[in-house]
Parts: sequence; structure tokens; C-alpha cells
Amino acid sequence: MSSGAIVFLVLVGAVTVMGFAAAGWGRANLASFEEWALGGRHFGTLVTWFLMGGDLYTAYTFIAVPALVYGAGAIGFFAVPYATIAYPIVFIVLARFWVVAKKRGYITTADFVRDRYGDRSLELAVAVTGVLAAMPYIALQLVGMKTVFVQLGGIFAAHDSIVALVVSFVLLGAYTYNSGLRAPALIAFVKDGLIYLTVIAAIVVIPAKLGGWAHIFHTVAPVLAARPKPSSIVLAPSGYFAYASMAFASALSLFIYPHSITSLLAAKSKLVIQRNAALLPAYSLVLGLLALLGYCAIAAGIGGKDTSAIVPQLFAHFFPDWFAGVAYAAIVIGALVPAAIMAIGAANLFASNIFKQFSPNRPQGETRIAKLLCLAMCVFALIFVAFVKVAYAIDFQLLGGSWMLQVFPALIFGLYTGWFRPKALLIGWFCGMATATAMSLSTVAQTGTIVTAFPLHILGTTLVGFVAFYALLINVAVAAALTWLFGAARIDRSVDSTTAADYT
Amino acid sequence: MYTRRRHWYWLLLAPFIATLWPPFYNRIDPQLFGLPFFYWYQLLWVILTSMLLGLVFLVTRAHRDV
Repeated sequence: MSSGAIVFLVLVGAVTVMGFAAAGWGRANLASFEEWALGGRHFGTLVTWFLMGGDLYTAYTFIAVPALVYGAGAIGFFAVPYATIAYPIVFIVLARFWVVAKKRGYITTADFVRDRYGDRSLELAVAVTGVLAAMPYIALQLVGMKTVFVQLGGIFAAHDSIVALVVSFVLLGAYTYNSGLRAPALIAFVKDGLIYLTVIAAIVVIPAKLGGWAHIFHTVAPVLAARPKPSSIVLAPSGYFAYASMAFASALSLFIYPHSITSLLAAKSKLVIQRNAALLPAYSLVLGLLALLGYCAIAAGIGGKDTSAIVPQLFAHFFPDWFAGVAYAAIVIGALVPAAIMAIGAANLFASNIFKQFSPNRPQGETRIAKLLCLAMCVFALIFVAFVKVAYAIDFQLLGGSWMLQVFPALIFGLYTGWFRPKALLIGWFCGMATATAMSLSTVAQTGTIVTAFPLHILGTTLVGFVAFYALLINVAVAAALTWLFGAARIDRSVDSTTAADYT
Repeated sequence: MYTRRRHWYWLLLAPFIATLWPPFYNRIDPQLFGLPFFYWYQLLWVILTSMLLGLVFLVTRAHRDV
């Protein structure tokens, strides 16, 4: 076995032990739902910084963003403004959500929606959307791990890497079942440490070996222009709106995802959230630097048909074997942390809002259901990856992202106003989901893949924009119009259990 | 008390305006360490946003402690 493979196994083995040992952290009673699912809402600034960083910046992100820049040029850099403007939103809006969730004992977004509007069908819509969006996201973490197993080769790559993936996910499921959110919270320290170590090494070493950034961009520009689908190191003016709407809408949806909410609600105070909003952009800087590795791969002549392999290939090409092993471990552990939190977040929605409706005094057995469902999510993700083509998994995840944003009006507007009526929001949500799906699938017949940037013909011009954004506009318009209509007809009044004091 | 501290939140609009209007930064020159303007400008805004959030955190928290 190579030295890289040994380093890899030692690191991954160590975090597995940590995952199980995390059950003893704080001597908590893990039969309590809040303790298992949210670490008892005890996490301080440092733990939250590692946990949220480990949760939001997934292995798939670290693989896919450089791959997108590699394949599409400047437009792929939209992840950077996206990961910038997400934080003012956290600072103001999500901090408010934390306060009301803490005061009223919410574990999910659907808990809040239920309490705010008193409508079971809207609660279900929010919960089902979250679960649907989380599932392909978990599956994509497996895709990220697979690229590493293929690069490691030997027993790791045997049988299309399925054996290695099954072993990883069985262990993941076991320690998450055992320790709850404490497992990924503890492992996140290792994950983020390894990510910073490898990214800083990569960003120091690789551009220098390629003759500096000026030379890299000089080499890359003609390569991008000469491709069958030409792109550039700057945006074409026709791409402005797509770039901005992708960054904006992605930032709006980032913190609606069940896994973001789960690690957000685990913080012990509103100040912890706000402090982290200021400190988490450190990860966005890392993400931006990683994105530029996509250009390094072009300049180094690396890459084949599967662009998602370029990051592992870069490490194999530029670093000694043992250090490549560290980088591979960073990617795999970087997949395990968010996968665990996503499984917990989706399981919370199932246990709290789908099987039964939200109830402030958590019924007996809810924790047990959530733990079992968490295992079920891991199994589902494995089946998904084993039988569904990678390209479909990515398409499904993109579609899931557009769906996720359709919860925005019920959740985020709901934090500030009780004006909207529940059935109006439900119909708006439905229109948004339908629009997102129809626009995304509009090209499948011709190209076989879905689109994220839809050309909308409006007022004699064509505006290419992010599907999720267009769908959100329709969603909000419908919800607002129907609320006004229902108000005039005096029907569909919401039953609001929260009070103004719950939000501050 | 709340109205007095809340107006600091308006500062947080700056990152949205600066990064969501590509004509501001969609060019190659001036370069920094060989990076085109497009890239280093957006990376710079990651740092500026972090600093703005830190500032708003400090001033709004100071009010809250009173």
C-alpha cells in the first residue's frame, strides 16, 4: 500500500473513533431529541465556527466549484459572491430565526411555519421540500468521496468504489445514530484543519510551479476561447444577470437547507450566530482560492472527461504521495461531516413534521424515530449513488436547490410579518415548485441535461437568469396576490401561536 | 434603543451592491499578483464583508449592553 493510502486510512480511522467517542461529550442524555439532534443547543463560537464551516463548505463544493471554473470559466466564480452575501443574511435574518426557535423550542423550519400559521398542509410542504432537497445533496457527498477512491486506486477503487463507499457510510450511519450532532461537530475540527492545511499548501505551491498567476491566466484564456463551447476569464455581458441571480438566489437558499438550520440552531446564543457571520467568510476566501485551482488544472494540462476529478488529480500531480493522502483524507472527511448533518436535518423534519405534526412538548419516541430515519437516509444515499448516474445526481441536486428556495416566503417573510395567509403561501409554493421544475427540465428533450440558467423572453429582449430566482418571483407574486384576495374575502386566516416578544 | 442600533444594519447592503452588479468589476486590469481584477475584487469583498459584519456586531452589541 502506498504511503498516501496509509496516511489516508489513519486519518479517516481516527475521525471514526472520534465520531463514536463524541457521545460522551458533555455527558448528555442522548435520548432527548434536543441533545441528539442539536447537541443540546450548547455550542459556543469556536465549535459553531468549525461545525458550520464543516457543514456548509462540503467536499462536493470543494470538488465542484474548481470543476465548474475549469469547465465554464468566470461564471463558475459566482460561488464567491454567493458565499459573501450569505453572511449579512445570517447576521440579520437567521439570528432572528435562532431567537424564535430557541424561545419556542423549534428544531426545524417547518416547526416554525406550523406555529406561525397554524396550517398543517404548509408545514408538510416545507418539510417535504427540505427532505427532497437534502437527499441528492447527501448522495453528492458520496460522489465527492468516489473521486478520491478512484484516485487512490487498488482496493479503494475496487468494484467501482462501491465497497469503500458502503464501508464509509455504514460507519457514518453508526456513529451518527450513536452520538447525534456531536459526532460531526467533533469531526469538523479535523476536517476544517485538514482543509485549511491542504488548500494553503496548494495555493502556495501549485501557482508557483506553474510560473505564477499572470502566466496561468495568459495560458488559460486562449484555451477557454478555443473550446467547442467557448468561455472566458471574464463574463460576457449577456451573462451578467445569470451570474448575479445565481449568486443572490443561492445565498437566499443556503440557510433554508435542513443541514444549515441544524447547525445554526445548535449555537448557544444569538451572539454566537452573529459573531460567526463575521468569522465564517474565512471559509469563503478558501473557497475562492480553490476555485482558481480550476485554472491551474487547465494551465497544467490536467483533466479528462470527468472534470470532477481535477482536484484530486492536481494533488496527485504536484505533491508527494503522503501529502496527497492528507488531501484525500480532507476531501473524504469533508464529505462525511456534512453528510451526517444532512442526514440528521432531514431526519428531524421527518420525525418532527411529517410523521406527526409539530408539538411543543416533544412526544415520546420522537428521538428514536429520528435516529432510525437518519440511518435510512444514509442507506438511501448509497442506493442512489449505486444505481443512478452521477450526472443525474448532480441534476437532481440543482433542481433540489431551486425547490429549496420556494420555502423562502413562508419562512423568511414569516419571521417579519404575519400578513401572508397560509393557503396563499401554499399555492405560491406550489407555483414556484412547478415553475422551477418546468424551466429546469425545458431542455432535457434536446440536450439530456437540466438547465440552471433559463433564457426568459421578456419585453422584446432575452434575459438569461437563474431558474430558482424566476420561480421565487412567481411564488411571491402568487402568495401576495392571493393573500390580498383571501383578506378581502375574509377566508384562510392564520392561527399564529407566536407573539412579538418571541422574536427579540 | 432598537431604532438607534438598527440603522447600522444599512451598512450591510454594501456587499450586495458591490458584488451583484458585475459591470463594476468585470474587467482584467488592474491586476494584482497576476490575478485579473474580476477575481481579486471579489475576493477582496469577502474580506471587506467580514470586516463590516465585525464592525456592525461590535457597535450593535455595545448598545445592547447599555
